[in-house]
Amino acid sequence: MSDRLKIFLLLLPAMSVIILLFFGGLLIGLMRSFNYMPVIGLTEPNFDAYIAVFTDEEFYLSFMLSLHISVTSTLISCVLAVGAALLLRRAFIGRAIINFLFQLNLTVPHLVGAIGILYLFSQSGTFARLAAEADLITRPADFPALVFDPFAIGIILQYVWKEVPFIGVIVLANMQSLGENYESVARSLGASRWQAFRHVLLPLIFPGLLSASVIVFAFTFGAYEIPALLGANYPAALPVLAYRKYTDVDLAARPEAMALALMIAVLSVVMLFFYIRYSRRKVRS
Amino acid sequence: MINQDGVWTRWFRYLTCLVLVVWLIMPLIPLAIWSFARGWFFPDILPRQWTMQAWEYALSETAGVLDSLWLTIGISLSATALSILVGVPAGRALGMYKFKGKEVVELMILAPTIVPGIAVVLGIHSVFISLGLTNTVQGVILVHLIPTLPYMTLVMAGIFSNYDPAFEAQARSLGASPLKTFWYVTLPAIMPGIIVGGLFAFLVSWSQYILTLMIGGGRVVTLPLLLFNFATSGRNDITGAIGMIYILPGIFILLLTAKQLSGRSGAVGGFGRI
Repeated sequence: MSDRLKIFLLLLPAMSVIILLFFGGLLIGLMRSFNYMPVIGLTEPNFDAYIAVFTDEEFYLSFMLSLHISVTSTLISCVLAVGAALLLRRAFIGRAIINFLFQLNLTVPHLVGAIGILYLFSQSGTFARLAAEADLITRPADFPALVFDPFAIGIILQYVWKEVPFIGVIVLANMQSLGENYESVARSLGASRWQAFRHVLLPLIFPGLLSASVIVFAFTFGAYEIPALLGANYPAALPVLAYRKYTDVDLAARPEAMALALMIAVLSVVMLFFYIRYSRRKVRS
Repeated sequence: MINQDGVWTRWFRYLTCLVLVVWLIMPLIPLAIWSFARGWFFPDILPRQWTMQAWEYALSETAGVLDSLWLTIGISLSATALSILVGVPAGRALGMYKFKGKEVVELMILAPTIVPGIAVVLGIHSVFISLGLTNTVQGVILVHLIPTLPYMTLVMAGIFSNYDPAFEAQARSLGASPLKTFWYVTLPAIMPGIIVGGLFAFLVSWSQYILTLMIGGGRVVTLPLLLFNFATSGRNDITGAIGMIYILPGIFILLLTAKQLSGRSGAVGGFGRI
């Protein structure tokens, strides 16, 4: 058997799954978003769904909300994760504990973390009760709205809780394989701690940090169950809006749902594209 | 210079370490307490009465939590087994051969790790309706392959890139059949990869929500769907108990594979999806 045939046969099952399910799902979504589906008699594609989406104020609010959730969660998680990794790369008593908790946290599904955040930060949650104990508030309603709130604080808290360990573990592995020699040299040449971090360590760990951030950004932009549980009713995050439109009793809303889903896909593909271009350039230089 | 740290630096480190430890376990604590609480109302810091009622309910035959648990285990095991069957050959092709268009193939396999489930599942749903796969367990298992297969393939590609096919050639020249060669030579060599990739695939499938919700149509109620329903219906005690049950396999897998999770393995990216 020639190598070409062998490679083809080895890849056939996996590529069939990916092409039929994943790209097939995307393609059908694309066709339906243009109201084009010859099988059920829709033979004339149009832009109705996109016009409906782009003239609806809720879409812009949802889009901005989802963007706010992903940008804020990713940035905060990155900063805290790099800080935690700096803390953890030196051997000390707490290191084993935190390392274990990081790994434990990685295995806990987002949904469980979201429920935990709900019980901690809701207006009758643990922190509200502590505030009442300290006589800061008298009624649950006095406690600031941190979940179901317009600023998506609860959602962001949940993502930060879950993503700091994720980015942290990747960055820490990166730092440990680099060692501290580069920084030592910089420091002996007169660089301050900040300079050694900013101009030596950070550029070295940047590719790893970036690849983890892309995964986090795409996930936080496209996840459904966390904003569905912790988010405000209006505006809802983009994935929640897409799901609502798809399951609407009015079937005419389905193409709009497809259009929204497609926009989520396009944004994540743009992220993937920039990520690959950037990481390749990094490798070459 | 490593031991130069002053007293303040050390104190700062211990303090941040403490804050980090508290922050990491904090969200799990109210869940655990709720599962043993009866009528834990504002502003009580701790429940006035402790009870096993939520656990008795969750573990009773009639409540459906156990049915849901077995169903979820069945779906995740099936999705994992299919991922192994499909991902091992693909990993071999990507790990051992250079070929034209390899970058495109890699990109196509990587794409589902970045593109969110909601973006593809709506389109899949409208096709699965006509295939009769919506609201079925089979349909759910099939759609779980989308997030699990890429990680399985990536892990196996890593294993096969360090694999020497000369052993296979030797076994064949000594008269072993292709099947025997695979069973006695190839399989033992790639077993560590299958185990790690399989555990990752299991956890990724275990945590799927929107794919199951859409394709299962509310008929295939896995543990996360049940958990969400109880969480939104305000039954905090039962939510706590189900939540505890739901995180157990992850902890178990962590104890089995702690070394693999150091972040050096490419498979760690899979955790971005859990």
